[in-house]
Amino acid sequence: MGKRTNLFLLLGGGLTALMVGLALLGTFWTPYSPTAMGAGEKFAPPSLAHLLGTDNFGRDVFSRVLQGMGASLLIAACVVAIGCLAGTLVGCLCGYFGGPADYLLTRLCDAVTAFPSVLLALVIVSLAGRGTAQIVVALGILFIPSFARLVRGETARHRQANYIQSARLMGVSHGRILTAHILPNLWGVLGPGVVIGFNNAVLSEASMSFLGLGVQPPFPSLGSMLSDSQTYLQRAPWYALSAGMAIALLILGFSLLAEGLQRRRRA
Amino acid sequence: MKSLLKKCAALIITLFLVSALAFLAFSLIPADPATSLLGSEATPEAKAALRAELGLDRPLLVRYWEWLTGFLRGDLGNSYLYRMGVGEMLAGKLTVTALLTAESFLFTLLLALPLGILAGSVKNPWLDAACTVLDQAAMSVPPFFLGILACYVLGYGLRLFVPGAYVSPEEDLWGCLGYLVFPALSIAIPRAAMAVKLLRSSILTELGRDYVRTARSRGASERDILLRQVLRNAILPVITFLAVSLAEIMTMSILIEQVFSIPGVGRLLLSSISNRDYPVVLAIVTLLSAWIVAVNFLADLLTRLADPRVRLG
Amino acid sequence: MLLEVNDLTVRFPGASRPAVEGAAFSLERGEILGLVGESGSGKSVTALCLGGLLLPGAKVSGSIRLEGRELLQCTEKELRALRGRETALVFQEPMASFNPVLPVGKQVEEALRVHTRLSSRERRERALAAMSAAELPEPETLYRRYPHELSGGQLQRAMLAAAVISEPKLLLSDEITTALDATVQVQILDLLARLARERNMAVLFISHDLRLVRKLCPRALVMKDGRIVEEGPVEDLFRAPREDYTRRLIAAIPTRERR
Repeated sequence: MGKRTNLFLLLGGGLTALMVGLALLGTFWTPYSPTAMGAGEKFAPPSLAHLLGTDNFGRDVFSRVLQGMGASLLIAACVVAIGCLAGTLVGCLCGYFGGPADYLLTRLCDAVTAFPSVLLALVIVSLAGRGTAQIVVALGILFIPSFARLVRGETARHRQANYIQSARLMGVSHGRILTAHILPNLWGVLGPGVVIGFNNAVLSEASMSFLGLGVQPPFPSLGSMLSDSQTYLQRAPWYALSAGMAIALLILGFSLLAEGLQRRRRA
Repeated sequence: MKSLLKKCAALIITLFLVSALAFLAFSLIPADPATSLLGSEATPEAKAALRAELGLDRPLLVRYWEWLTGFLRGDLGNSYLYRMGVGEMLAGKLTVTALLTAESFLFTLLLALPLGILAGSVKNPWLDAACTVLDQAAMSVPPFFLGILACYVLGYGLRLFVPGAYVSPEEDLWGCLGYLVFPALSIAIPRAAMAVKLLRSSILTELGRDYVRTARSRGASERDILLRQVLRNAILPVITFLAVSLAEIMTMSILIEQVFSIPGVGRLLLSSISNRDYPVVLAIVTLLSAWIVAVNFLADLLTRLADPRVRLG
Repeated sequence: MLLEVNDLTVRFPGASRPAVEGAAFSLERGEILGLVGESGSGKSVTALCLGGLLLPGAKVSGSIRLEGRELLQCTEKELRALRGRETALVFQEPMASFNPVLPVGKQVEEALRVHTRLSSRERRERALAAMSAAELPEPETLYRRYPHELSGGQLQRAMLAAAVISEPKLLLSDEITTALDATVQVQILDLLARLARERNMAVLFISHDLRLVRKLCPRALVMKDGRIVEEGPVEDLFRAPREDYTRRLIAAIPTRERR
């Protein structure tokens, strides 16, 4: 068992570190300018000069993938930050104080999570218009319920614990109990939760961009690159393959890491 | 029976709330449909005339009531852009998307159940870890990328099908289902991988239960125990997951229709969003929501039927 | 002699001492033998070994002869043919021992389904007969019921019915009354004694409770830390316990029942 835990953490952590490292590199330095047309010939196959070939405008695919990964991760980070912060706040208050507000919010969260996030994001974007900011806000809001549920359950469990009860009797304020006693106990569930959040956020953003409703050109995004590349699938398969694999590997890294974290928590 | 009635009532209330929310949201949008249809240079008179024609000058509640009663009678509203009934526009497309959803669901079942049972009966820890990593990888490939891969490798490479050569079901139902095989698999594989993961861990939990020891003490074979005793229990959470998957699969078909150029509901939804044709978007979103709520109800019902402990509750 | 156990030793990997060490005893046809000890003394492991259940990872040595046949030399397939036909096991938690999603009757007839080619109608009739023999009221109704609809006492009766349905020669009863109320305990004990007598079935009655062993078994073993520390007629154990441990087990019984 111990060996297998390490395997998932190792694989997931290694893959995630590699992808995040490449994405960070991409935000500061790329071999070519990702938006410069004619950096090479049109549809040049992968070579030493262009590791992943070039696209229909002669742009370097490797440079575009690097920057696209950075964009994906940045958007995912913002989405998870909104979802996690707001969700933790809502979950903590609901789980700790209970009452009718808790009941209503829990029901609302259940209802929202029943709907596929891409569908809800589509609705929000069709109302608010397309664009990066809209996508971040839309997905961020949609990610609140899953975090709120997670935190609510954990908080409600700890509220019953003896040490919290005795702290209450000693006259410690609610705010102090929440920040000093309950919050530190949430890391265990929030860790895997955040990683799964990244996993879902990358997938949702890629889906929306693929539909042309997320990040807008000429800014490179993995989803819109994949969508563009479809037209040239026969002439330049490396274009689609690079963008798609980048999305898949990002998601795989996060999902293996989440699996590893959950197994370690259970063990 | 009583709790079932309660569930039904809750179902109807949920549907009502969802429809009201959707209608409200699409009525309060900032952009004025008259402006977007006629362009910003149109005279105020022309805009007002158009608004009157579209019925936008009347109070919100009246419009909601008319829309809702119309919807229940089967009148899904009128498209701003094409000036025709949404029902008419949807008719053929709904069939295609329903076929794609059904086929994807069928493949999900056919893949998930045998593979999940297989994954649950692997004893060697290294083989088990390898299976789990492979499963995780299958879960991680987005369906639309899987679809593109299928087009390239199976379509252009092996010439198993011609990407884009869609056949409509009215023309040739079997030809249509044949064209939908790879789109359906693209949706089904990641979904099935999730179900496999769930079924595997559910089987492992059940194998540790006391009733398994009882069955062993009666001389039942491991195969018999797995298929006759453990599976009946392990499948319960998977049933819920698969039923709820019907909602996710329908949404995924919106993406997959783009990849394989299938003229379904998804393409209509996307073009309507681009064109700000709100009555069409509203109708599709409401229909999809009704589907999702109904699917959740179905999941609940199936679990009740499959688990004697909650059947009477 | 039905069962002869010699030098039975069971060792789990990573454990500091064997779970069972050098156990030796024998059982006649139709005899009811008590096995007493605290929890963790190796009683249940002994029962699982005698029932022919492999313990994953455990090293088992010594000899278990059932009607002259060496169980420790048997393949898993041979053991499977033995389990539920020659030997039957009944465990402590009746609710957990039943599969929650199968009707009780189907589980009572499980051993017949595995070991015979009887039709489902014949199996059903045998199951109903066994359930009547186990004094279950309205067997036809209970046959169709699910485990959660029965009481703990009823479930344990159904377990006994399931155990005796294929007329095994040896019943291994592992703390079968522990999870039940005191009045139900006595009824189950009476039932067990009657079933054993009627079928000339040997019983290894495992319990941590000396009172129950004294009520049911003429002869008993005392087990401590995996070793059999004392053996003899139950009344002798009570009157003149040789081991300190046995004395402490007796002392654990409330005074007014000790006499």
